[in-house]
Amino acid sequence: MSVLTNPAAATRIVPAVVFDVRRPQRMIERSAFVYRRSWLVIVTGFFEPLFYLLSIRIGLSALVGDVDAGGVLVPYDQFVAPGLMAASAMNGAVFDSTMNVFFKIKVSKTYDAVLATPMSAGDVAVGEIGFAVIRGALYSTAFMLTMWGLGMVQSPWIVMSVPACILIGFAFASLGMALTTYMRSWEDFEYVPALTLPLFLFSATFYPISQYGNYAWAVRLSPLYHGVELVRAANLGQWDSSIFGHVAVLVGLTAVGIAVASRRIEALLLT
Amino acid sequence: MVGAQDPVVARQLVKKFDDFVAVDQIDVHVAPGEAFGFLGPNGAGKTSTMRMIGCISPVSSGELRIFGLDPEADGRKIRARMGVVPQLDQLDNELTVMENLVIYGRYFDLSRRDARAKAAELLDFVQLTERADSKVEPLSGGQQRRVSIARSLINDPDLLLLDEPTTGLDPQARHVLWDRLYMLKERGATQIITTHFMDEAEQLCDRLVVMDAGKIVAEGSPQGLIAEHVRREVLEVRFGHGRNEEQVEKLDGIGGRIEALPDRLLIYADDGEAALSELHRREVVPESSLIRRSSLEDVFLKLTGRTLVE
Repeated sequence: MSVLTNPAAATRIVPAVVFDVRRPQRMIERSAFVYRRSWLVIVTGFFEPLFYLLSIRIGLSALVGDVDAGGVLVPYDQFVAPGLMAASAMNGAVFDSTMNVFFKIKVSKTYDAVLATPMSAGDVAVGEIGFAVIRGALYSTAFMLTMWGLGMVQSPWIVMSVPACILIGFAFASLGMALTTYMRSWEDFEYVPALTLPLFLFSATFYPISQYGNYAWAVRLSPLYHGVELVRAANLGQWDSSIFGHVAVLVGLTAVGIAVASRRIEALLLT
Repeated sequence: MVGAQDPVVARQLVKKFDDFVAVDQIDVHVAPGEAFGFLGPNGAGKTSTMRMIGCISPVSSGELRIFGLDPEADGRKIRARMGVVPQLDQLDNELTVMENLVIYGRYFDLSRRDARAKAAELLDFVQLTERADSKVEPLSGGQQRRVSIARSLINDPDLLLLDEPTTGLDPQARHVLWDRLYMLKERGATQIITTHFMDEAEQLCDRLVVMDAGKIVAEGSPQGLIAEHVRREVLEVRFGHGRNEEQVEKLDGIGGRIEALPDRLLIYADDGEAALSELHRREVVPESSLIRRSSLEDVFLKLTGRTLVE
């Protein structure tokens, strides 16, 4: 009998929940039930990029002029729009995976009922992260279309900005969910903006990483920076080997986040 | 006889939370088709035992087999054959009654069509068809509990776990629920019920164990336990607060056993009427008296010296 067909043997070798994911789509289906009555929430997703991008276009673009993005001069609004798109993907994923998940763990006890069925903690974690990512992908698509409508798109490669934002969504939803399992009360959520705001401001979002001079290494520690670089590359249609590194960082963070989140959900609810 | 595939076989089962021993080396066997009860006060270890059987709580030590399977290795497989009604309803407040049942069926891998058909059938069974499209929140406590029961049946479980199914319900809602549970029993579903209501255990359970402080202190059928531990009837007499204990010596030889509580004396006797006549003959006249059948409450009182619900 191979290890794969014998879960008992598998649990002794590796932590069970990392691989105990079989029906995450059922959690996504549950969310679809919840949101099919609130489709308006999806529509309002267009407003955020529209207001953001308009404000940049109206004010900053003329003041700042062109910016050097990896050797190419681009108008400021076209430089900054991908940064905002990546940040928006981060914020959406963090929101979905922190407050919403905490409520379901502590208040509504949604997961307790789910775990009494053949569903596992891994299914819950991956399913909830999966839905956050799907919703994020819809918003990112809206963001991309708004950029296109406002003439901020440089290259047809912009379509790759949506998969890039999906990677950002996975990374931040996984990390957000993992973090949430350590939250004791609503007060602890004060720490969330304390983490995401510096990421938003200092991830080469508003100006090139070269501006950071000797501190560029610090910017590279930001997960969002890697997302911003991917979306910006998509908008400029400039791909080089560095994207593999950015993708690897986001995928790695996702794996860590899912592993921690599943194990912690198991520890919290299956006592 | 213990069969290898029996719903529950536990030997020396223990549940510990840090230093606290919630379940202390219990042996339990539940046969197919049986309605089995865990009776005990709050904190006796009933819910901890149920959670281990439900494969949502790891066993600390001892052996537990559900349908012959090990919960640690085959939790998913076991849960697939089980229905659980938790102590506090964990219904999905974001969904309607119908959606609650359908998505639950999906967790058990039912097709959408089957889940919907089964959900409609079960809502009919618990008499809530007209509330199918209502959200959960506006329903009464009894209705919510019925939704929980309907939801727990979505996978046609071989084993149904009911953790204090009627706690917090009014008498009428309790009777509706008992009626449905009895129908399920007639259909052959194995049921495990925890309760701290002796009348509920007597109504619903073929066999039960009495738990106290994590241990099993008695085991048998409700009637068997009553016959074994107490007499057929109880004469309850009240002499006024604080004056009950001092009457005991005057009652020597009446009935089988006398239990002195702060507010009343319980005299266990085969014939309560005769015991009361004897009291009057000795000119011991209580403020009030009541003759009733003995219950599991009396069994518990005898075994532990405490009442179940106070």
